[in-house]
This record gives sequence, C-alpha cells and structure tokens, in this order.
Amino acid sequence: MGMEGIGASVVRKEDKRFITGKGRYVDDIKLVGMTYAHFIRSPHAHAKVKSIDSSAAEAMPGVVAVLTGKQIVDDKVGNLICGWAITSKDGSPMKMGAWPAMAPETVRFVGQAVAVVIADSKNLARDAAEAVVVEYEELPAVADMPSALKPGAPQLHPEAPGNVVYDWHIGDEAAVGAAFSKAAHVVSLELTNNRLAPNAMEPRAAIADYDAAEEHFTLYTTSQNPHVARLVLSAFYNIAPEHKLRVIAPDVGGGFGSKIFIYPEEMVALWASKKVGRPVKWTGDRTEAFLTDAHGRDHISKAEMAFDADHKMLGLRVKTHANFGAYMSLFSSSVPTYLYATLLSGQYNIPAIYAEVMGVYTNTTPVDAYRGAGRPEASYLLERLVETAARQFKMDPAELRRKNFITQFPHQTPVIMAYDTGDFNASLDAAMKAIDYAGFPARKAAAKAQGKLRGIGLSCYIEACGIAPSKAVGSLGAGVGLWESAEIRVNPVGTIEVLTGSHSHGQGHETTFCQLIADRLGVPISQVSIVHGDTDKVQFGMGTYGSRSAAVGLTAILKAMEKVEAKAKKIAAHALEASEGDIVIENGEFKVTGTDKSIALPMVALAAYTAHNLPDGMEPGLKESAFYDPTNFTFPAGTYICELEVDQATGKTSFVNFVAADDFGRLINPMIVEGQVHGGLVQGIGQALLEHAVYDGNGQPVTASFMDYAMPRADDVPSFKLSHTTTLCPGNPLGVKGCGEAGAIGASAAVINAITDAIGNNKLEMPATPDRVWHAIHGNA
Amino acid sequence: MSTVKLTVNGKAVSAEVEDRTLLVHLLRDHLNLTGTHVGCDTSQCGACVVHIDGRAVKSCTVLAGQAAGANVTTIEGIAKGDELHPMQAAFRDNHGLQCGYCTPGMIMSAIDIVHRHGGQLDEATVREELEGNICRCTGYHNIVKAVLDAAGRMKVAQAAE
Repeated sequence: MGMEGIGASVVRKEDKRFITGKGRYVDDIKLVGMTYAHFIRSPHAHAKVKSIDSSAAEAMPGVVAVLTGKQIVDDKVGNLICGWAITSKDGSPMKMGAWPAMAPETVRFVGQAVAVVIADSKNLARDAAEAVVVEYEELPAVADMPSALKPGAPQLHPEAPGNVVYDWHIGDEAAVGAAFSKAAHVVSLELTNNRLAPNAMEPRAAIADYDAAEEHFTLYTTSQNPHVARLVLSAFYNIAPEHKLRVIAPDVGGGFGSKIFIYPEEMVALWASKKVGRPVKWTGDRTEAFLTDAHGRDHISKAEMAFDADHKMLGLRVKTHANFGAYMSLFSSSVPTYLYATLLSGQYNIPAIYAEVMGVYTNTTPVDAYRGAGRPEASYLLERLVETAARQFKMDPAELRRKNFITQFPHQTPVIMAYDTGDFNASLDAAMKAIDYAGFPARKAAAKAQGKLRGIGLSCYIEACGIAPSKAVGSLGAGVGLWESAEIRVNPVGTIEVLTGSHSHGQGHETTFCQLIADRLGVPISQVSIVHGDTDKVQFGMGTYGSRSAAVGLTAILKAMEKVEAKAKKIAAHALEASEGDIVIENGEFKVTGTDKSIALPMVALAAYTAHNLPDGMEPGLKESAFYDPTNFTFPAGTYICELEVDQATGKTSFVNFVAADDFGRLINPMIVEGQVHGGLVQGIGQALLEHAVYDGNGQPVTASFMDYAMPRADDVPSFKLSHTTTLCPGNPLGVKGCGEAGAIGASAAVINAITDAIGNNKLEMPATPDRVWHAIHGNA
Repeated sequence: MSTVKLTVNGKAVSAEVEDRTLLVHLLRDHLNLTGTHVGCDTSQCGACVVHIDGRAVKSCTVLAGQAAGANVTTIEGIAKGDELHPMQAAFRDNHGLQCGYCTPGMIMSAIDIVHRHGGQLDEATVREELEGNICRCTGYHNIVKAVLDAAGRMKVAQAAE
C-alpha cells in the first residue's frame, strides 16, 4: 500500500469545505424567483378531509398558490409505490392501500399533508398556512399492532382487511417442528424492537425548478440515491420522462436509510413548480422530520430455540409482527422479510429455522429501512435468545456461542443466505481479550462491594451487505436491479475524474474512492476527483445504503479502471515500441518491465486525446465505464462486548467499557471504517437506552421534537475500543464486506444483555431507561 | 421591518429584516453565510452555534435585532486566510466529522469550551460540555478526540503569540 493507497488512513479530502462552512446542502441553494412551500398537515391520526377553504390565505400578499390533495390527484400525479412485492403464505400478493402525495379524502397519520401553500417567502407561506381552514371528520384510529389486529378494529385501507399487509413465512415448518419434538431444552423469549426516528441532522429539503421552454425539471434533493429518485419520479409518478428530469443530491447531511425514499414533498415541489411557473423550495423542520421521515424497526416477536442435551442448537421458530405505519413506503415490505428473517441464523449452525412475519397497518408514520434495516432486529432477537439460553443452562454465554458457531465455509443457512467466509471464533476471541473477559468476575465482585451492579453482555452479529445480486433479489420480489455503475475519465493532462452511482452523505467516498485510483496508478489523490449525486453527470446509479458502496460501488470503479488500464497499456506499449504484456504501472508511470524505458500517465493521456500516434484502429480518448452486479451478498460479522454498571437506587446505567471486534474484510481506509463503527454503535446504544418514537392511544406522536425524543448526546455514550479480524470477502476482487451498519446491528443486544446480567432479571425492553431498569430491579411495587 | 447593524466576521454589515427574524436566518438568508445550520426547532441540536462577542450562542435562540451592535463570528470567520483554526484542523485530522452538518456548530462550541476551560480539559468534561450539540454520524468518539487535540494545539498557539 502506498501513502494514499488502499489500507491507508488518509485524512478526508471533503473535510475542508465542511470545516470552513462551505458545504453546499440543499437549503443553502437559492434560485432566482424562488418560492417557498409550507405544508398543511393533518393533526389527526385518522380522519376524513371534509373541506379545505383557502380563500383567505390566497388573498394574502405574497401568496402564490394554495394547492390541495384533490388537485394533485386530478393532475394524475401517481400514488407512492412500494418497490418490493412480497407474497403471503397463502400465495396472495401483499395488500396495499393507495398513498397519494397529498391526501384528497382520508388522512391516516398525524403529519400527512393535505395541502401546500406556495409563497414568496418562508414566513409568508407559514403565515398563510395558518389562514387555511381544513375541516376534518375524525375517525377512530389504531396506534399499535395489538390494537390494529383486534377483531372489529378500525380499518385503515379497504384493500387490506384486518389491517394486514401480508402474512409471510420462510423456512421449513415441519423440520422445525421435528427439531422441537426431539429437543432436550427449549428456550423462549418475547420481545419488542422499539420504533426509532432516524434523525439525520440535516432535515429533508427539496428545490424543484421547471423550465417551461424545455419542458424540463431540475430537482435538488436530500437523497441517498438520486438516480433511483429520478427513475421512480419518472416511471411511476408521471412527473416527467427521465431525460426531462435532472436530480441533484448535493452535500447531504446524513441519511441512515431515511433519505433513500422518494417522499411526497419532492413530488409536490416538482408538480407545484410547473403549476406556479417558479422554482419551489421546501425545507422540512425537525418536527416535520419526526412526523414524515420513515421510521425504523417496530417489531413484536416471539422466539423459541430448541437445543439437544449437549446444548447444540436444533431449531429456531420465530413469529414477528412488523408495524408498517399507515402506508407502505418504498422498500418497507422487504425490511422485516428478506432483510430480517434471512439473517436469523446469525453466526450459528441452526439446522432448521421457520419464521412467520405479519405486516400490519397502523395510524402512524410509515416505517422503512433505517440503519441496518431488518438485520438489527434479527441480531437483537437472536443474541438475546442465546444469552437467555446460556443463563438457563448456567453456561458461560461465550462458550454456548462458541459451541454453536459456524466454522466451515461456505455455509448454507436454512433461510436463503449462503455465508461465503468468516471466522467467528477470531472476532469473539479478539473482543474477549480486549475487554479482559476472564477478569470480569473479579471486577463484578469489586463493584458489588461498592454497592454497584455490574454486568457484561455479548453480541455476536452477522449481517448481509453489498446489496445485491440483481437476479437473486429479482426472484425475491425486488422491483429494481441492485448493481452499481462507474465511469473513469482520464483527462488529457492526466488528472482523473471518477463518476460513481454511489452517493456520499458522510461516508467519505471522495477520499476512499480516490484511494483505489492511487493504489492502481500510483498517482496522488489530489489528482483525482470523485463526481457523484447528479443524474446529468453520472450515467446511472443505485445509490448508497445497505453498506454497499465499497463492495458494489467501488468494485464498479475497479472494473472501469481495469478497462482504462488495458487501453493505457496499449497506448504506452505503442509509444515505447514494446510489447503490451511487458508494460507495468508504477508510481504514475507505464514502464517496460526489465528496462529503464517508461512513459508517464499524462503523456499516455495526452497521446490518447491528440490521437496523433495511436495503435492502428484504436479510438481516441481515455474514458471507460462499467456496470458491476455482485455475485453474492457480503457477510460482515463480529463480536461486541459491553461492560456496565447499574445504580440500584436510580436504575441509571453507566458504561465501563465497550469493545468491538469486526471482520469487514479488507479495509480501504481504517480511520473512516472506525468512524462508521463508532456512529453505528451509538445508534445501537441509543436504541438500547434512550430512543423511542412513542404514540398515544389515539395515534398522536408524543416524541416529535428533540425535547421529547432522547437522542444520544456526547455524555450518554462511551469511547470505544475497536479491533479488526480479517477474512477477505471472496465475492468481490477487493475483498471488502461493508462497515456502515454493523455498529447499529450489533450494539443493542450487547447493552441489554449487560444490563440484564447486572440486574439478574431478563425481562427488560428497549429503551432501557432508568425508570424501566429500576422497575426491573425492584419490581412494580 | 428593522435595520440591524452588526459586525460579522470582522466586517460591518447592515440588513433590513422582519422583526421576528432569528439571527441564524439573518446569517443564512440575508448574509449568505450558509455554514451556520438549522437542525431543529427547539434549540437542542447546536448546529447553529456562533460566537456573539466571543461566547458560543445558539443563533436560533437570538433575534437578529438582539444582535444589533454585537460582534458575531461564524464558522466562515475563524480561519486566518488559508490557515485553519486549530479546532478546524483537529476535526479534520481526527476524523471528527462525517456528513458535516453538525460540524460548524460543534467547532464553534468546542472553541468556546477550550477558551473557558483552558488546559483543564479531560474526556468527561468535553462530553458534558458538548451536551448541547447533537451529532448523528460520529458517535462523538472522534469529536471528543478532536477537541482534546485542539485544546493542546490552541495552548501551543497561544504560548507562541
């Protein structure tokens, strides 16, 4: 590895603009003649829209228009789609109600838009919105799954009787039944996975600009995947054909999944910009983010595991209810099915698995992918179940895990996934060593002497990343291919532009992707630019989510790079009068191996563009592109161990130590990888201790601001000790697996296992607030 | 509407604003200083922190009119030309930022923390002091490292002056 090549902790190129206040986020952009949108949102969880009187608002100075749900439906803007078709057990397709961008007749969650005010300034739009009178007829609402599934419960959509979207299953029910019938031990657990609000720090925003002369739209938006946004807006929402719609996702302030989806506000901004003939800007506030950004998690599950007399796992049975909120968001259907149940084998050799998942409508904000998407739910369930088993068997939880680890690869699980490689003992050993696991009993005793309850908790997670082989996901119902594309342009002066369909919103692609080029060509990363986030510049892309950008996006760049190198070698060989096979690339030069003859990259590039002396028949130029479709998922895995103390008097938890040992395959930039792990761990810890999106019985959200929803702050969380074990991913030439979600997938079980270990009571739900922990210690008396 | 005159990043500026205008919107919308961000509506997240007369303040809690006559410094005003402020450099060198959205507020708060505590900073103090700045990307680990690193750099810089 060179100073800036693969494996080097290169300081980020993109940082200069962010630390000097020169980042360019959507809300920083102003267009000439721009108007401002303010949405009028339902205060009710379920209601009929009886009438909307906008006459007073429209008469106010500076108000350009008030547009309603009826108008957007009349103009044939398409309903929002769900892009992954799931089939129920009985063979029936999933049952979806229509989701118009603004509600013309019925609102089904608090915050659903019914109208929008367009005005000359943000304040004028807000003021005018106050003057719009919406008359609602309230309907009974259901805010949680048990209520929604009761006979006679209020119904959200006529298309989905009983509020059930689907009743899906995976695995071999009979084999699992047989496993349980011969089991020596059965361990069971009921648990919920708490609903979370993703809360990227930059609220969503959109600016739509319609050019009437060209019949062309430009959309600036906070998106993790601008090409997918263009595709969906074009193919399903009737906004404009793709060549008449440019989507730009400039600097984006975090996503965590919530900015994958195409939301009503972008659709309305585009539609409205054409209607009013001026650019329309919408910038969400934090409460709008709580009300309308897709939430995450929200499962209720029952799990049972069968063991033989030697504590070997025989079978796993899981029944999960997954809350989808009021409408099916873009990828929501896949999250509690193919992104969840397929990971229920964890790191373990479980011969038989059967999982049933029922998707449920409630009068709440739609739920979709949030960092980890399905995999945190699987990991939390399994790792709490295994910990419960160890306590039931009075066994060391590390030993029970080790006894059941998969050690032979490839390994076919009973739930689709074929793990390609891994070394679960290595990451468990590394984590146990880092936290001095052997010394824990003495530390626990010392803490007890001081009146503190100390606990230790393990979590051995596995996830599937690098989503995904297009053919495989297509056969499972996905509506899109999940390849990635790249283009490399070597300019005549030898500088290089890499155009990628991945999108960076904190991941550091502008640095790590350059590191690959530096590694291959030996040029400094200052000579390389990464271009992303603009459908007019980049040929296509599926965007960034599911920890896919290194495994899929960077591999696409590598494939394009190989084509560039092959052509450049031909040009160099021709110029040096050597054989193409004798050309090697070193430090930015093309050398004839075993001689002192060489030609520098800029001269090769110049030769490609002057075209004065190219090999016969060769096209001028030095620019290549590639599409890369992965052959399998990648399987990052690792062990997290949390050691903490609980104050018996208050129920407050204090971290003593938190260690992580991850296997991400090859690391491109260890500094950036560790940053991703830190962030993921804190999101997992946030879920375990603090975060919970709560509704009252009428579907009113009671956590719709940072005053009410407990975000992890600096003094809530510890510093971390990280280490890496390595098995190279055989599925891609770089050997990378992906690191973006691991922390959020593995951390929550480690925390809860540690608390329940400390307090000696396994009945504890997330978030484990001091109140809940206190009650778990002292009972409800 | 009122005319508000103040000094921003060393320059005298004047703007015609509605009386209800917040300082953060004066900076962003009228002066095009978009490095100061808005991340919440409740003065919780700290993305909008600037310095008013040398003290870190959430610019979403201050009316533009209240800043009349004040000396305001924003993230755009702390580097000396091409030379980064030690806190900016420490954030970069310690990978104390990812998406960059909370970063300007973090840096402005962190400078104030170092000023107030001088050389007496430790991890626990930094974590407690950063309570009013929310980051969703970094898990704070590298932000804390950056602030401690910058505290050392700022001491050296001060000693050299």
